[in-house]
Amino acid sequence: MPTPHSLNQYPWWKYLLIGLIMLWGLIFALPNLFGEDPAVQISGARVNITIDAAFQNRVAALLDADKLPHRRLELEADRLLIRFADPEEQLKAADILKDRLGRDYIVALNLASAAPGFLRAMGLNPMYLGLDLRGGVHFMMQVDMDATIKQVEDSYVDEIRVQLRTDKIQYSSVGRAGSGGIQVEFKDAAERDKAAQLLRKSLSNLQSTATGPLTLKFTLSEREIKEKRDFALQQNITTLRNRVNELGVAEPIIQQQGVDRIVVQLPGVQDTARAKEILGATATLEFRLADEENDWNQAAATGRAPLESRLYKDRNGRPVLLKKRVMLTGDSIVDASSGIDQQNGGPTVFVSLDGKGAKRFEDATKDNIGKRMGVVFIENKTETKRVGDEMKKTTYTVEEVINVATIRDRLGRRFQITGLDSTREARDLALLLRAGALVSPIEIIEERTVGPSAGKENIAQGFRAAAIALLVIAGFMTWRYKNFGMIATAALAANVVLLIAALSMLQATLTLPGIAGIVLTMGMAVDANVLIYERIREELRNGNSPQAAIHAGFDRAFDTILDSNVTTLIAAIMLFGFGTGPIKGFAVTLSIGIVTSMFTAVTGSRALVNLIYGGRKLQTLSV
Amino acid sequence: MKRALWQFDFYNTKIDFLRWRKLAMGWSVAVLLIAVGSLLIRGMNLGLDFTGGTVIEVQYPHPVAIPEVRETLVKAGYGDAQTQHFGTSRDVLIRIPPREQMNAATLNNQVLTALQGAEGGAGVTLARAEFVGPQVGKELVEQGGLAALGALLGILVYVMFRFEWRLAVGTIAATVHDVLFTVGWFSLFQLEFDLTVLAAVLAVIGYSVNDTVVVLDRIRENFRKRRKGSVLDIMNLSINETLSRTTMTSFVTLLSVIVMYFFGGTVMHGFSVAMIVGIVVGTYSSIYIASASALYLGISREDLLPRAKEMADDQP
Repeated sequence: MPTPHSLNQYPWWKYLLIGLIMLWGLIFALPNLFGEDPAVQISGARVNITIDAAFQNRVAALLDADKLPHRRLELEADRLLIRFADPEEQLKAADILKDRLGRDYIVALNLASAAPGFLRAMGLNPMYLGLDLRGGVHFMMQVDMDATIKQVEDSYVDEIRVQLRTDKIQYSSVGRAGSGGIQVEFKDAAERDKAAQLLRKSLSNLQSTATGPLTLKFTLSEREIKEKRDFALQQNITTLRNRVNELGVAEPIIQQQGVDRIVVQLPGVQDTARAKEILGATATLEFRLADEENDWNQAAATGRAPLESRLYKDRNGRPVLLKKRVMLTGDSIVDASSGIDQQNGGPTVFVSLDGKGAKRFEDATKDNIGKRMGVVFIENKTETKRVGDEMKKTTYTVEEVINVATIRDRLGRRFQITGLDSTREARDLALLLRAGALVSPIEIIEERTVGPSAGKENIAQGFRAAAIALLVIAGFMTWRYKNFGMIATAALAANVVLLIAALSMLQATLTLPGIAGIVLTMGMAVDANVLIYERIREELRNGNSPQAAIHAGFDRAFDTILDSNVTTLIAAIMLFGFGTGPIKGFAVTLSIGIVTSMFTAVTGSRALVNLIYGGRKLQTLSV
Repeated sequence: MKRALWQFDFYNTKIDFLRWRKLAMGWSVAVLLIAVGSLLIRGMNLGLDFTGGTVIEVQYPHPVAIPEVRETLVKAGYGDAQTQHFGTSRDVLIRIPPREQMNAATLNNQVLTALQGAEGGAGVTLARAEFVGPQVGKELVEQGGLAALGALLGILVYVMFRFEWRLAVGTIAATVHDVLFTVGWFSLFQLEFDLTVLAAVLAVIGYSVNDTVVVLDRIRENFRKRRKGSVLDIMNLSINETLSRTTMTSFVTLLSVIVMYFFGGTVMHGFSVAMIVGIVVGTYSSIYIASASALYLGISREDLLPRAKEMADDQP
């Protein structure tokens, strides 16, 4: 049995540990004190555009020329950040810079942490604010998978038709079966068996069944369906990524959700109509023969293309002359993936075409072996621009040659594009080929937009509610528990600091319900103190000495505190698993708050009590 | 020294709580019947998150009359829109029920353009716009229900692991009681039930157990400590001993939620109301429902005594 004097004293290392944890909390919470500067962020629209000191000087000159006040320019790894004193200057500068720099650069509005450079250099950032606090738009999109599978089946229908015709097998109809799959009907059983033998060999990835004496049914394998779905999803994600870059968003989020959904978050975007236009743009591809008879540079210099050709530019802006006749369009592409060439080990892109396209492409390439061919990427875009007082919608097309290659052979269902400089180039080309292929329809199924001023108001209200709650709780606890109440208040303040530090460190998204979670954990954190203090009072009433009462109070209340916190944590974790966006934010702050409150309300306030009362002879206790 | 009630001093109370357990049970059953009845008859006033549709919140540079806004909307072909003020007379909230059309996603942009184009609508700005497709809403209803069930189940397992099964069942009974009461409240008064309210209900599930655990811990402790007295007496004693604790903890948490109701902005109103209702009814249910249920399930002293081996360790 310890003597009363040795009760309620922590060994030195415990105080040290608590001190270190609090120091950690203060450091990580520190960046939040400085707020954020309105900023404009400039990055290259393409890989080969570099952002360097020369570019910085150019932008500085542009800003000075237009007399745009700004705080300072900061050159980072691949972007230039310009800070402003207020959002008005920021918006004005962004508009002008967008105009002056053209389409080679992405000019995006951003909020940059105003914390001093050394904090950011240490990797310390303020809490990441959710869209409901910073303003912006959240889209959830769904890829129409039924349509995707239908497209695949349609291409098989074409292919089967072509094969049966080439092998002169008589059939009466080929079509998609209502219940999924492809149904082929024949006039007699012998023809059917011949077809079954042929198609089973050439379309080995399909499962075939004889559904009647004169019919054959082909179905896609589970694996192929899954592959096609993944492909459709990835294709849409790729396309959306490219599009979002154009919107000029500083920190866009584009990610897969579930098996057929894509979430797009665009912080700071106010013009959702424009966002939808750009995200909804369509892209196609055209394969054209190169014009070998005329000089490309000369055509570029005069700006005039020969009669049968058209002048294009490649991704680096070099001129390319292609014939007007289109050999193949993107609709025929079923798949495109990058890989390594089996023969020479170089990077390559594998392209698969559907049956109809393959036939057409074979015809187009067989007489042109040895000649070059170019792939044109075409994007149809809509832009709404303000002309005077009116909003005008204009549609324009951007055409770009993404590859020029020599035709080595007669090209059919599957072919390769080789001679690429790097695996990166191969990957980019495959992505673009996919983006221009037949696109699976996509639909916006959820949209949440918060205007920037509403976001600011939400922060202000959330912050005010938290501050008032802190004051009210502090006041009540001090009134009710005197000195011990003040200790609880100190622990509560420490809890808020630790919670903010943890949120900043994890860069978890803080939302308005997240702030509600902080306020709620404030109330629950002092619950632990209430339980302890009430127990101490009870022990005192039972005639225990003050020191023994303190000791017993902390000791015996602990189990109860643990039990009650674990149950709330279970609910919070369930909520996290279920939650979308803002609700997830609530679950996160609630969970972290519960864990930090266990530390501050039990260990933290115990340390303070020990420091103040420990090892002293006490007659009475102010609790 | 005798302290007054306003000082929350319930230390030497000797209230025979469980004497009224039949009354309390009857009252709870009646209230829950009303709640369930209301849920069946009136249903929930589900928010946009669950029903799908479009909500647009716009701000005018000057106060605006609702009929004016409605007229503009009707002219633009949105006769099915509901319009109301939101906060101040400059803020207008417009709800449009789900539509089958393909352009549902661009609806909010069209409405905003229509409002801006109307007379006196020059400076209208968009504060918030939400569009939820009907399929998303259905899923959220399903997943929300699953999350609530999962939370209840998780807590049941935890409490069973920590306490005796009768107390665990009593705890869950109390929690289900609180959830039904809160949800029933929203149904009866047709308050809008959206995602934040659902989050609050889950928080109530977690928090409702807190107070119950305080009482149960004491019941277990007293069963082990006191050799005399009937089960009923010990339960009554435990409730009285923890009375200041259960009321104080609830009160402090209530303080923070009330602050949220008044200062957290309109977006958090539903959340705060659900928490306030849940905490108040949770305090009552910890006192009555949990212990009374265990009593009805026939809990006895032996159920709570430590097992033989631990008893041996306890011998001096």
